[in-house]
Amino acid sequence: MNLLAQQLVNGLFIGSVYGLFAVGYTLVFGVLDILNLAHAAVFTLGGLVALWLVQTAGMSIWLAFPLATLFAGLLGLLLNQVAFAPLRKRADSQFSGLISSIAMAIIFEAVAMGVFGARSVRFPQGTVSVHIWHIAGVTITSLQVGIVLVAALLMVILTLFIQRTRIGKAIRAVAESERAAMLLGVNVNGIIASTFFISSALGGAAGILYGLYFDALAPDMGRSIELKGLAVIILGGMGSIPGAILGGLAFGLSEVLTVAITGTSNLRDAVAFTMLFAILLIRPSGLLGRGKMREA
Amino acid sequence: MLEQLAHFYAVYGSVINFIGINALMALSLNVTLAAGMLSLSNAAFAGLGGYAAGILTLHFKMPYVVSLCGGALVAGIVGLLLGLPVLRLRGVFLAMATLAFGEVVRIAAVNLDITGGAEGLTGIPNVTKTWMIYLALAGAAYFMANLRRSRMGWALVSMREDETAAACLGIHITYYKVAAFTVGAMMAGLAGGMYAHLNYLITPRDFGFFVAVDLLIYNIVGGTRVWYGPILGAVLITALPEILRGAGVTAGPIRMGVNGLILLMVILFLPNGLASVFAWVRPAAVKAKTT
Repeated sequence: MNLLAQQLVNGLFIGSVYGLFAVGYTLVFGVLDILNLAHAAVFTLGGLVALWLVQTAGMSIWLAFPLATLFAGLLGLLLNQVAFAPLRKRADSQFSGLISSIAMAIIFEAVAMGVFGARSVRFPQGTVSVHIWHIAGVTITSLQVGIVLVAALLMVILTLFIQRTRIGKAIRAVAESERAAMLLGVNVNGIIASTFFISSALGGAAGILYGLYFDALAPDMGRSIELKGLAVIILGGMGSIPGAILGGLAFGLSEVLTVAITGTSNLRDAVAFTMLFAILLIRPSGLLGRGKMREA
Repeated sequence: MLEQLAHFYAVYGSVINFIGINALMALSLNVTLAAGMLSLSNAAFAGLGGYAAGILTLHFKMPYVVSLCGGALVAGIVGLLLGLPVLRLRGVFLAMATLAFGEVVRIAAVNLDITGGAEGLTGIPNVTKTWMIYLALAGAAYFMANLRRSRMGWALVSMREDETAAACLGIHITYYKVAAFTVGAMMAGLAGGMYAHLNYLITPRDFGFFVAVDLLIYNIVGGTRVWYGPILGAVLITALPEILRGAGVTAGPIRMGVNGLILLMVILFLPNGLASVFAWVRPAAVKAKTT
């Protein structure tokens, strides 16, 4: 029983990181109907830059975290400018955008490898002071709690931003119809750029949290989360922000529960992807998705 | 001269073989892309074909040709069964479903005993010769070149342009979609079988997510609209590391970065892929084709 509770708690922690990663993914998809496959590379660079700021520049993680998140956001602007904006007018922008984002992912990964080396690295000891609590037989560290709090805080800010602010409203308008938004005087290009900024900043933040949680960062760490992120946004419904958060938690829980029930980690991904496959066949719009998305 | 050729083959023989196999797999993806379907399961089909052929050779002592056909057949049957439910999906959703299928295949290969688990199937005799690969590639290219002019080819193109309009013209959408999917799967399965009998072993990693993405890259870089596009893309991208090595670019981040840059340049400045370079060279011929 305790073991199960412990697994559920662990699933919650890792699930919140997946959710944060997937929110950025789904935001761009919701607005542009394009998958940004470089999102995982931004995730990696966010984590590595935070590490560099802590280790080499000697900053505290509390300063390094927002700076690295900002840096990841700037990478998003670069991504939009180089890989997506030039292709937007093209008829096959869904295909070509996919490829140009893969190209950017390769370039980002090469840069990460060139600057930070190919080996796995970790945050120095004591970057975050860790307390360990035992509550009803379940072990929780302050690091885990901090990760969930930061992830939750970012997601709340994002939701409020999208719901309440003028830019958020414009983002939703562009997602609904680019043409109509333009006719209503929305600066569509600016809104798309800011969507990329927000999306990538969240991706970078997820990378930092992931690096802290697993205590390891490597130039190719984005690869393992790339497919999981896709699974999460389909589970939650493409383009749906609450869906991505719930999907992330569900995915994290399904991972740890599969391991707990089967006793091996071999089938961990099998359950998730079989589930994903089934959802696509039965309910392609996902758990919280909009109905029309199937035609996309 | 002959001596130089022999030397070239001795050095680059394995690259030449892999170019052929990659080109065959790229063509198999082009069958579905021609119909506007973004399906990413062809790497998994190649894996299925490779494993099936390897198992037929190792466990059932079948001759090479029978194993290859068996591999293609297994991939084709799975393609047929997968195609029926999956092809209702469109665009990115089809891509996701087929990617998920690919992951399920990979995980199955890791966990089953008959596939040799994570280490893969080892000790498959190396009997695939270069001429066999290029014979299969030539056959597939001939098929694709003719497909464009056949009834099925026009049906696929009209589906890519506008599915509703195609259906109104009396084109049986589901039939042609499943047919294209199955043909592509068989072609990929054949390539997988050849790969398994070339490489001595086949592992789950050989046909994962990144291979699926590579096949798409070959098609887009080469150009999806003409039959030789995917072949061009596969040749360039597979040979690129060797070319870069020849140009003095050492392995590691720089080569990887150059790889990515070239991909980016092609997609930004050659919208119809490398094949469009040939279209500039002989614009009259292309114009005649399109009008």
